[in-house]
Amino acid sequence: MARSVTLQRKSFNTLIAWIIGLLLFFPILWTILTSFKTEAQAIADPPVWFFFDWTLENYRVVQERSNYSRFLWNSIIIAGGSTILGMIIAIPAAWSMAFVPSNRTKDILLWMLSTKMLPAVGVLYPIYLIFIQLGLLDTRIGLTIVLMLINLPIMVWMLYTYFKEIPGEILEAARMDGAGLKEEILYVLTPMAIPGIASTVLLNIILAWNEAFWTLNLTAARAAPLTAFIASYSSPEGLFYAKLSAASTMAIAPILILGWFSQKQLVRGLTFGAVK
Amino acid sequence: MRLGKSLVASTALALIAASGAYAQSLTIATVNNGDMIRMQALSSEFTDATGIELEWVILEENILRQRVTQDIATSGGQFDIMTIGMYETPIWAERGWLVALDGLPDDYDKDDILPAMRAGLSFDGTMYAAPFYGESSMVMYRTDLMEAAGMDMPEEPTWDDIAAAAAAMTDRENNINGICLRGRAGWGENTAFITTVANSFGARWFDMDWNAQLDSPEWLEALTFYNDLLQSYGPPGAANNGFNENLTLFQQGRCGMWIDATVAASFVTNPNDSTVADSVGFALAPNKDGLDKRANWLWAWALAIPAGTQQEDAAMEFINWATSKAYLELVAEREGWANVPPGTRTSLYENPDYASIPFADMTLRSINAADPNNPTLEPVPYVGIQFVAIPEWAGIGTQAGQEFSAMVAGQQTPEQALARAQALVTDEMEAAGY
Repeated sequence: MARSVTLQRKSFNTLIAWIIGLLLFFPILWTILTSFKTEAQAIADPPVWFFFDWTLENYRVVQERSNYSRFLWNSIIIAGGSTILGMIIAIPAAWSMAFVPSNRTKDILLWMLSTKMLPAVGVLYPIYLIFIQLGLLDTRIGLTIVLMLINLPIMVWMLYTYFKEIPGEILEAARMDGAGLKEEILYVLTPMAIPGIASTVLLNIILAWNEAFWTLNLTAARAAPLTAFIASYSSPEGLFYAKLSAASTMAIAPILILGWFSQKQLVRGLTFGAVK
Repeated sequence: MRLGKSLVASTALALIAASGAYAQSLTIATVNNGDMIRMQALSSEFTDATGIELEWVILEENILRQRVTQDIATSGGQFDIMTIGMYETPIWAERGWLVALDGLPDDYDKDDILPAMRAGLSFDGTMYAAPFYGESSMVMYRTDLMEAAGMDMPEEPTWDDIAAAAAAMTDRENNINGICLRGRAGWGENTAFITTVANSFGARWFDMDWNAQLDSPEWLEALTFYNDLLQSYGPPGAANNGFNENLTLFQQGRCGMWIDATVAASFVTNPNDSTVADSVGFALAPNKDGLDKRANWLWAWALAIPAGTQQEDAAMEFINWATSKAYLELVAEREGWANVPPGTRTSLYENPDYASIPFADMTLRSINAADPNNPTLEPVPYVGIQFVAIPEWAGIGTQAGQEFSAMVAGQQTPEQALARAQALVTDEMEAAGY
């Protein structure tokens, strides 16, 4: 029986949700506002909010100084490539762990997750040296592989959780109807797991897009993505907040828009199986 | 159809191969500051003259330092030219990581480079990095506030003069702090400034046998003086203030005085950003009454060539262009003399057009007053004024800076900060085998 919710309680909940939402969104809002200020307005104390002479000067300077489209293209290739490559490996892996588990499946899952517990800087030098040997430094393919590897445990874990929610009986029924492994995965499992797969893909694109350790350390001029573009606007001597904000806004805009349009899938995927 | 496809493929391959074979391209790693960005904008002149393309990697200072160190230590070969500072140059040159700049042509006129800059960027008498811009530190003060207080700032003030001026200008009701100084932890932040104060009080980091000297009475006197200045006349939250925070405060009229990099002079006198642009005066960094050592530092961002680059000649050609007299004239012609990178060449300061800029003379005097080979009153085994040019410095300088910062935040006394710093520096140095 559904609990009756009073109007008062409903408005209270809405208010709380709005406050939390605004708190979380505030840094992004402030960045966007700052990007339209002059450097002097950006540091003004007390801060100026909405009533100032909005200027596009910072965007003009950033456009003039940096080749934004090259950084953007690198980000798209690296984030998209690492996600696609990761899914090709993660879907079969999660399938086998969910539907034909062995005695060691739980251990393997935990071991995979444990690789995420190592600080990235701990393996920076070995990976850097391997990259030198293989000629992968400052290449998109090198970064794609590294980002795929660091996100793979999360992909497998997420997909494993979704697949576990799918009743094994349905797959059995498909098998009894004569479906092979390929048909089973393609026509039975995948359609049922679409929300889970979609949210895994989206989350990994976001993670890869925002990754700022490996992308800064393994690139120089050619393969540098938008994280390097942002880093180039921080200055040790001199004011830079307005220009940095403009660069940040340009860097997060594509992923923000993607997140905006796909929020339904993201929320559905992330809460999938939360209520039984 | 198949023939068509293979024709397209082979043409594409040939084009890729050709572009790789003929277009010579240099990758330059640099920091984001006004002078470097200006150089990037003007570098098409270099490409037009030589046909050498340039790829720029612009990074935040700390990231840049980490990136170039890791690349040079592993012979990664990512960069053909690196922007490095006075701290790295002698250490890296000693390890054979840098190409000696012997190949510069005669008309480059090495002797024209300011002696302090050349000394700081050389190892064993050979220059390994060419200064792109140089700086020292000096006192910047509000002439209007000093006038209102009925005081005059001497051109060569002592610390007593500074303390008196800070007391006179502090006006808490109107949110004016007598003095703003670096308090944020970091070897290039508060430790750099505090080290210059310590030098001027007769203190030193190490004796000739590399024993840490932070337990000396001179260090205690210097650190107590610095702490008292900030506690009595400094802005709230000074423990978090670095260069940019103090710049902001000064530009908003919240500081009576600020002792920091000479390069700040062009920012605080720029009417577009600064509310106090027309009432800023300059003075040499202070000394302690009776001691002949001023608290000014010396720093340069310089261009160097990592050993192992495949394009040494082209890199040398670029360095010759970017740090030449002709480049300074090019900037002056395009953007005016005030925007010329300061602090590198004697001829710049002899130029009457440049000498008329309000802070030019004080910048030159500050740089000339700094001697990286004799940074302290008593002899020391190290080179460097606001740093100690040994690989361990980045670690110990930052850890000691955290103790100093905690002191400014009121969490410990100068005695406690120094005792802890002495202990950790001694441990680190012993572990490093000194």
